[in-house]
Amino acid sequence: MRIPCPYCGSRDSSEFSYSGDATLTRPTPDNADAMFDYVYLRDNPVGLHREYWYHAAGCHAWLKVTRNVSTHEVIEAVLAHDEAAS
Amino acid sequence: MRYSLTSLLRQTLTGHKGWTPQWRDAAPKAEYDIVIVGGGGHGLATAYYLAKEYGLTNIAVLEKSWIGSGNIGRNTTIIRSNYLLSENISLYELSLKLWEGLEQDFNYNAMVSQRGVLNLYHSDGQRDAYARRGNMMRLNGADSELLDKEGVRKLYPFLNFDAARFPIQGGLLQKRGGTVRHDAVAWGYARGASDRGVDVIQNCEVTGIDIVDGRAVGVQTSRGAIRAKKIGIAVAGSSSRVAAMAGMRLPIESHVLQAFVSEGLKPIIPGVITFGAGHFYISQSDKGGLVFGGDIDGYNSYAQRGNLPVVEDVCEGGMALMPAIGRARMLRNWGGLVDMSMDGSPIIDRTHIDGLYLNAGWCYGGFKATPGSGFVFAHLLARDEPHPAANRLLLDRFRSGHIVDEKGQGAQPNLH
Repeated sequence: MRIPCPYCGSRDSSEFSYSGDATLTRPTPDNADAMFDYVYLRDNPVGLHREYWYHAAGCHAWLKVTRNVSTHEVIEAVLAHDEAAS
Repeated sequence: MRYSLTSLLRQTLTGHKGWTPQWRDAAPKAEYDIVIVGGGGHGLATAYYLAKEYGLTNIAVLEKSWIGSGNIGRNTTIIRSNYLLSENISLYELSLKLWEGLEQDFNYNAMVSQRGVLNLYHSDGQRDAYARRGNMMRLNGADSELLDKEGVRKLYPFLNFDAARFPIQGGLLQKRGGTVRHDAVAWGYARGASDRGVDVIQNCEVTGIDIVDGRAVGVQTSRGAIRAKKIGIAVAGSSSRVAAMAGMRLPIESHVLQAFVSEGLKPIIPGVITFGAGHFYISQSDKGGLVFGGDIDGYNSYAQRGNLPVVEDVCEGGMALMPAIGRARMLRNWGGLVDMSMDGSPIIDRTHIDGLYLNAGWCYGGFKATPGSGFVFAHLLARDEPHPAANRLLLDRFRSGHIVDEKGQGAQPNLH
């Protein structure tokens, strides 16, 4: 699996560490039910999955990667920072 | 047909023409008391114990493919109960005890071989952790033995004891651990359940779960609708997909775990060995192939195959531990889907939907649990209450904070 890092170009996935579902939004701490959902529950879908990868052996950027978990095809990688700012 | 020396002799004299299929390839009926979704090891074991221990036989096991096509035929065949937490040991020790009597119990040769499982340690800190684990195992009724370097050397003189980076200091041995022929486990349970009246239905994929007024009343399948009073889900690897049919989200991610086998070699490794300084474990099958594996790949996957970095990592672990295997050629490698739960432990519980029961979250360790999992899930389905050996592996433990986290990693499935 290769991930197209916006800074470093196409790099082997072993340079990255994985941090799971990137579609979750952290709730406010006073909402216990929403916090439980956020920490523990996942859609765990078949097919396309939006997920965080951290370029630990590269530019240290957090990426949001769209990947097909049924085929391991990487569709897209964008900077998580850019998405958060927009 | 009961298998015995007598039946073998009788068949020998008649040219082996009288052997019958080992289980009925049943067609689905319109209604059952209990439907088990998933004809893997756990689902078949559940049906077997429901029939044998609780006398319930109006049961169907629905398998989307063929019996033995999933993880029951993809694992590395190891059985053990060397856990740290009592919540886990009680279940896995029950399972190990069932393994010990399984072949007589279901009258099938599953080649249960208690050849010993040895976890090596490579540092003082790791020795202390293994000593503690061994103590916890004995406190909870399992067996364990802490070996020093010479103790390990007696068992496995060919290991790389004086490796510069990770010298072997000793190991934690569970003599009652070992290996089992995994396909035979599926076949034996399928046969035992089928003989007692359970319908084992292949090529029957569940596509929906019918819920009326908060109660599960049946399933939609590729072979038509089936009504059921109770439905048990035992589809680890695909638990989230099936639970989603009932509108549930689970504390589970699906990941891929790879396994490897070498060409056949003369006997070299009598037991099961795990490398403590990386993630590598190995045993040798009775056919002679070295069967080995390591970490999960570490990202969500439904692909049933992994990638090369883990292949490299596993082989490096093997070479660090036993350079002697370096010239053996790898014959095959493959992947299986595993339910990685949020605390690394399984979930066996009712759900918030009446009549719907869940058996999931086995991470990369479901095979050794097969008899125990079936036994306690059958209890749950028959009695509507958790079996005492699994009464802390409940679905709501994540909400209540009673998590069962062997490694203390937190809610990060790929680190368990």
